[in-house]
Amino acid sequence: MTTVTENLICITCPMGCTLQVTHEGSTVLNVEGNNCARGAAYVQRELTDPRRMVATTVRVSGGLHPLVPVYTREPFPKPKIAELLEAIRTVEIDAPVKMEQVILSNALGTGIDVVASRDMPRNAA
Amino acid sequence: MKRDYDVIVIGSGPGGLAAAGAAKKAGADNVLLLERDRELGGILLQCIHNGFGLETFGEDLPGPSYAQRFINEAVGLGVDTLLDTMVLDVEPDHSGNGMRSVFVTSARDGYNELHTRALVLAMGCRERTRAQIRIPGTRPAGVYTAGTAQRWVNVEGYMPGKQVVILGLGDIGMIMARRLTFEGARVERVLEVMPYLTGLSRNYVQCLLDFDIPLQLRHTVKRIIGRERVEAVEAVAVDERWQPIPGTEEIIPCDTLLLSVGLIPENELSQKAGVRLDPVTGGPVVDQGYQTSVPGVFAAGNVVHVYDLVDWVTEAGYLAGASAAHYALGRATSCDTAIPTVAGDNIRYVVPHTVDPAALTEGDVRLQMRVTRPLEQAVRIEVLDGETLVARQGARYARPGEMVNITLRQRDYDKVRGARELRVSVTPR
Amino acid sequence: MQAAISPVRRDYDVIIVGAGVVGAMVARFLSRFDLDILWIEKEADICTGTTSANSAVIHGGYDAVPGSLKAELNVRGNAMWDRLAQELHFSFDRCGTYVVAVGAEERHALEEQAARGRANGVPVEIISGDEMRRREPLVTPETSGALTCSTGGVCDPWGATIAAAENAVMNGVTLLRSTQFEDFLWAQVECSSKRTIAGVRTNQGDFGARWVINAAGVYADTLMHKAGSRPEFKITPRRGEYYVIDRNQFQMDSVLFPVPTKVSKGILVTTTVHGNTIVGPNAEEIEDRDDTAVTTAGMQEIWDGARKLVPSLNQRAIIAVFAGLRPGSNAPSPNPAVAYNKDFVVEIAPEVQGLINLAGIESPGLTAAPAIAERVIELLREAGELLSEKASWDPVRPARPVFRHLSRAEQADLVAREPGYGRVICRCEMVTEGEIVAEIHAPIPADTYDAIKRRTWLGTGRCQGAFDMPRVIEILARELDRDPLTVSKKGSSSEFLTRKTKNAG
Repeated sequence: MTTVTENLICITCPMGCTLQVTHEGSTVLNVEGNNCARGAAYVQRELTDPRRMVATTVRVSGGLHPLVPVYTREPFPKPKIAELLEAIRTVEIDAPVKMEQVILSNALGTGIDVVASRDMPRNAA
Repeated sequence: MKRDYDVIVIGSGPGGLAAAGAAKKAGADNVLLLERDRELGGILLQCIHNGFGLETFGEDLPGPSYAQRFINEAVGLGVDTLLDTMVLDVEPDHSGNGMRSVFVTSARDGYNELHTRALVLAMGCRERTRAQIRIPGTRPAGVYTAGTAQRWVNVEGYMPGKQVVILGLGDIGMIMARRLTFEGARVERVLEVMPYLTGLSRNYVQCLLDFDIPLQLRHTVKRIIGRERVEAVEAVAVDERWQPIPGTEEIIPCDTLLLSVGLIPENELSQKAGVRLDPVTGGPVVDQGYQTSVPGVFAAGNVVHVYDLVDWVTEAGYLAGASAAHYALGRATSCDTAIPTVAGDNIRYVVPHTVDPAALTEGDVRLQMRVTRPLEQAVRIEVLDGETLVARQGARYARPGEMVNITLRQRDYDKVRGARELRVSVTPR
Repeated sequence: MQAAISPVRRDYDVIIVGAGVVGAMVARFLSRFDLDILWIEKEADICTGTTSANSAVIHGGYDAVPGSLKAELNVRGNAMWDRLAQELHFSFDRCGTYVVAVGAEERHALEEQAARGRANGVPVEIISGDEMRRREPLVTPETSGALTCSTGGVCDPWGATIAAAENAVMNGVTLLRSTQFEDFLWAQVECSSKRTIAGVRTNQGDFGARWVINAAGVYADTLMHKAGSRPEFKITPRRGEYYVIDRNQFQMDSVLFPVPTKVSKGILVTTTVHGNTIVGPNAEEIEDRDDTAVTTAGMQEIWDGARKLVPSLNQRAIIAVFAGLRPGSNAPSPNPAVAYNKDFVVEIAPEVQGLINLAGIESPGLTAAPAIAERVIELLREAGELLSEKASWDPVRPARPVFRHLSRAEQADLVAREPGYGRVICRCEMVTEGEIVAEIHAPIPADTYDAIKRRTWLGTGRCQGAFDMPRVIEILARELDRDPLTVSKKGSSSEFLTRKTKNAG
């Protein structure tokens, strides 16, 4: 396993420090450029278990709009995001939808729910 | 149809929603929220990504959820609403009885004249267009502003294209880069004329770096190619004066060009209301209660100046709504001694434009501004009255893409009251 | 109101090729007679060529070379616009025009223009620099005087063309869009010294006719050459770029020309019937007959020219940029006494039987268009055509409500009667759903975004369509019962959207 030094931008706070990270695979050897300790923690997570909040839309039938926006309740494992999006793409739910309604429970076995971001009333027409 | 109100709010985005709720809570019985779209929420309805509410609720919410909370509250408080309704005109003055006329039209209710004691302008902003930045080339289908594309993708359910180039590294552009990628389009390139990020670095990581979308700073679109539909754009590097550098041209095949090149406060109605506009912001001149130059007319949100965090829009909306209610209920005090805020070193503008010393109460006054030049180092934000230091705050950096603010607190108020001007500056520490 | 749309047949008396303002005026004026007329246009809508991108000025006619066909038809056409505007209901303002001399050295040019004007029978007067500044305070302080012409004015060229076209269709003309001329069809006639036209071949099939009227704009030479007519005549496309200046930020009521150059009338700063100010055009000779791109150099040139006349123009007030092509002519004037070789071609082609060429119709083409139409009638009569008037001909094309032009009371009344007019779709220009729907179902249906834009001015304001585009697509899809994915900007291949969000890419 080779030692790599690369730049990562920490996104814990809006400061966005550019960190010089030296690591061997997911083992962090050195972190520089962080203004606070959270930078080091970010690097650790980013190299071992990177996660992101995922927001997208899901198809609705009979609603005011054809889509309702949804999001993951917690940051989702980055390597599984493409698979998550594909799973969501094939779902269609019926209106009415309530905000926080669970669209996909325990998505991809991660224990994280995908929920609706808003109410979607039935189409009056 | 009810026509007479204490407070009418134009626009139900975060500014308007907050103002309507606050007006009710401050004691105005008859509050009306006017919205041109079919539902409440304004631009938040299409901002489906997270990042809203960190300050207000301590939560990281998507835009629609943030809106839903305020919608539920406003409806719960008994705010009246008229949807699918456009405001055509606003009278510049009251016609003697203390009521100002607002002319509205809708397919459902027809053409109507409404009356109100206080008016809150919360129309938000529009996007800078291709014509305004004068991109040469043909005029095919496929050139869209990022916001229009966002509406299509997230609300109407259509993709604007397959192969996309984005001009402008602001937040909307970056968010759409990720959104389009999520939905199966290819984002070929992001071009930005400035040499630095004009949006949040979190978006740069999560929207561009995560997807290996190439970014070229100091680049722009030299011309658009394609007769019926976009076929390519010609990208080019630019120098410090934004002039194309010959020999750096590159043709990038694509079928869509998204423009994320700036937001402009939308103030046609404000002009009809006779309100004075700040030529730098394009929005109304306001005091710390968000009253404009016209007594009884208030403004909050992106219509005043372009915000980056919705939480500060909500805060401004609260203040504007409460001020509007006080005015409507006859509790407003007129101000003869407004102290001007002045944009000092490295500051493009300061909002509010004046501070009324007589109206300083228990709350803080948040001065909001944008810097002209980025400072990637510790900075000092200072408010000075001549030589006297009125307030000072530190920050770890100052960027044009992120609103800077300094709070005047009660302990500063003696100095504020005695000031002739409040000059704000941001300098390296 | 419902128009009597004639069914498409295969044989006509007259086929008009090209649906710009010239073709529209010819169609409208010929529709007066008992003739079966087919009118074809290669694009998806009418009014997309030269007519869609010009200064919109109705010229007095002082600038045209005295004795030329341009001068004759300019002056004749100019006089017809009031009545046309009344009958067809489009905007026209005979506000007068100015040629502004900047600096003492340009003063003599005004005298030249005045002399031409008098020779052409046009009312002109020279005023002092002070008087020019009094009449138009925004004009450059360097002005040394101006030529004024009281018969000049501005119109809505889209509105005029569409109104004339509708009137033609209402009076029985068959209009086929997306129908491109490919070649002539020839009669098998023995013992004739010249070939006789029997009709045209198009991409939608063959159509028969005794007369073909060539109003094909920048392609008029290509078309006539297919009949072996005027082989030496060549159209040089001349591209002109324009800026549109927002009336909210800049108000000016005058039509200002510079002193003309050898090449063109120059870069104008002019008010429009809409209230905006437009600036342009330059005149760049290009090869490509479809290239209406705007260029950096062109934009700079029109801006510099404009600021020479109105120094206070501010770039921040620019809301739109566009370009158009004019068909530059190389035809010698039909009047042998006149030494001018860029004149209109308005004639029965001598080389064949059955072709009328209307070619090289650049400025003052818009102004001259109705006079050209009258001339076509004269030519047909001279050729022996018995043009009998249709008893049922109606010169009036009824107006449709334009919401923003109405008083408050009229607006309230309209919305009460037809709720669709209560929903504003284009906020910047205050265009309502009722107007859009009316155009979609008009005698010449508007079925693309640009078609609606030309008819309603939607999308021409500050936001340039960012707000209205999704709504217009929705309305078009609904009214035409089509999938929104098929809705286009200007015809097939210019669709806005590519697929539904959740369908596989």
